[in-house]
Amino acid sequence: MLKLKNVQSFYGKIQALKDISLEIQAGEIITLIGANGAGKSTTLMAICGVQPARAGEILFMGKAIHNLSPHAIVGMGIAQVPEGRRIFPYLSVLENLEMGAFLRKDKSRIKQDMDYLLDLFPILAERRHQAGGTLSGGEQQMLAISRALMARPKLLLMDEPSLGLAPLIVKQIFEIIKKINMENQTTIFLVEQNANMALRVAHRGYVMENGRITLTDLAANLLSNEAVKKAYLGL
Amino acid sequence: MSWDYFIELFLGGLTRGSIYALIALGYTMVYGIIELINFAHGEIYMIGAFTALIIASVLSLFGMHQLVVLVLAVVLAVVYACAYGFTVEKIAYKPLRKAPRLSVLISAIGMSLFLQNYVLLAQTSDFLPFPKLIPDFEFWEPYSHIISSQELTIIATTVVVMILLTFLIKFTTIGKAMRATAQDKIMAALVGIDVNHIISITFIVGSATAAIGGVLIASHIGQINFFIGFIAGIKAFVAAVLGGIGSIPGAVLGSLVLGWTESFFTGYISSDYEDVFAFLFLVFILIFRPAGILGRSQTQKV
Repeated sequence: MLKLKNVQSFYGKIQALKDISLEIQAGEIITLIGANGAGKSTTLMAICGVQPARAGEILFMGKAIHNLSPHAIVGMGIAQVPEGRRIFPYLSVLENLEMGAFLRKDKSRIKQDMDYLLDLFPILAERRHQAGGTLSGGEQQMLAISRALMARPKLLLMDEPSLGLAPLIVKQIFEIIKKINMENQTTIFLVEQNANMALRVAHRGYVMENGRITLTDLAANLLSNEAVKKAYLGL
Repeated sequence: MSWDYFIELFLGGLTRGSIYALIALGYTMVYGIIELINFAHGEIYMIGAFTALIIASVLSLFGMHQLVVLVLAVVLAVVYACAYGFTVEKIAYKPLRKAPRLSVLISAIGMSLFLQNYVLLAQTSDFLPFPKLIPDFEFWEPYSHIISSQELTIIATTVVVMILLTFLIKFTTIGKAMRATAQDKIMAALVGIDVNHIISITFIVGSATAAIGGVLIASHIGQINFFIGFIAGIKAFVAAVLGGIGSIPGAVLGSLVLGWTESFFTGYISSDYEDVFAFLFLVFILIFRPAGILGRSQTQKV
């Protein structure tokens, strides 16, 4: 479904992505783990066209997307739950959700999806008219996930959805990730520092270090890999 | 110091404030979305007034009814000013989207000087008489000693424009996208909003209200030249800062406060120091509320 071939990306003169190649099949949950500053978020921003790839190819459902603008890429069915959630702070919860469906034209289905999500997250329904910025971290994360789902994405990119959240809420978030994947067949590309949790929900995983992919395997194998255990699982 | 005099000054201030508000909206909307003080905005207002003058002069040759002339002049001034606003953004600001803010600011000042001198060369440096486009309404005759038809039209038009704009920003998808873009451009792009498109729309809307203001004030005062945009632009900019730049209700409130300040000070104290009072008041407000009356303070949550 998504294929990155030798993607390179730069911030000024600093190279953030060095020859990244990876592949995601439809229906999979793939996780990308690695330390702070390894280039995980940059990989997601490169896929979305926000931090353009300077060299290499990005193919989505067989079509090259690395030269498209972000809104065109979103239009093809890629949505992102970005790092730090990036809720529109002065828009209400409902308006944030509406913005998620910005490119959709099927008004009645949008309404249905919104009702479904408000049902799934009753706390958001309770706060529907509150400004997004007044929500707690966990509520914002739920809103960010819901907003991305409002686009009915074929591929959902998630950047550190567990960051800064209480353990109980982290568990809840990972259950939701599984649920989205199972119920809607949405393909998920999950970037995480919480390697333990991420590898437990994912089918396959990639390990990233200093802008390079250093390892890839089935998630179960990575969980038992000695090097991964030592570097990322704290065992 | 009679009651009537007070009412007169109050309504005079309201009229001035309305005009400032029509221009200040453009400043505040553009600042809200790309954090740029668009110094060329006053020139858009001036170009709106010049367009209306040309259209009105041509149309009155055909002996059209005054109201028809007014409507056509306003509509064409708006179209023309929007085209200028749109083009200025594309030429002078869009290529600098990733440049330091100071570069864009200098580009804006350059654009302002360019447009002033372009009108100076294309037209003249003299003041040109501007026809009285707003008629004296017969039904308003009994009350015209309190407030003239002209002033009434200016205030009413401003109110209508504000209501339409509030509706646009609060309830339409485009308006919500404008707010989303102002709050977080990257996230706006990530939900599929074409950010450049939204920025263009913001410039167009701001230019439209400025052009309406330009035509109304030109008709009220009765003369224009290439420099009117500078003065009005600075005043409206002050109003926008006073209210809290980036805030739309703030721009309106700041404009009214500025209008009344000028009107009351000139009326009760001296007309020689009109601008002095206006700017003194600005300094005074900014000392106590640095972000403006309705501005959000720039604290960032980490």
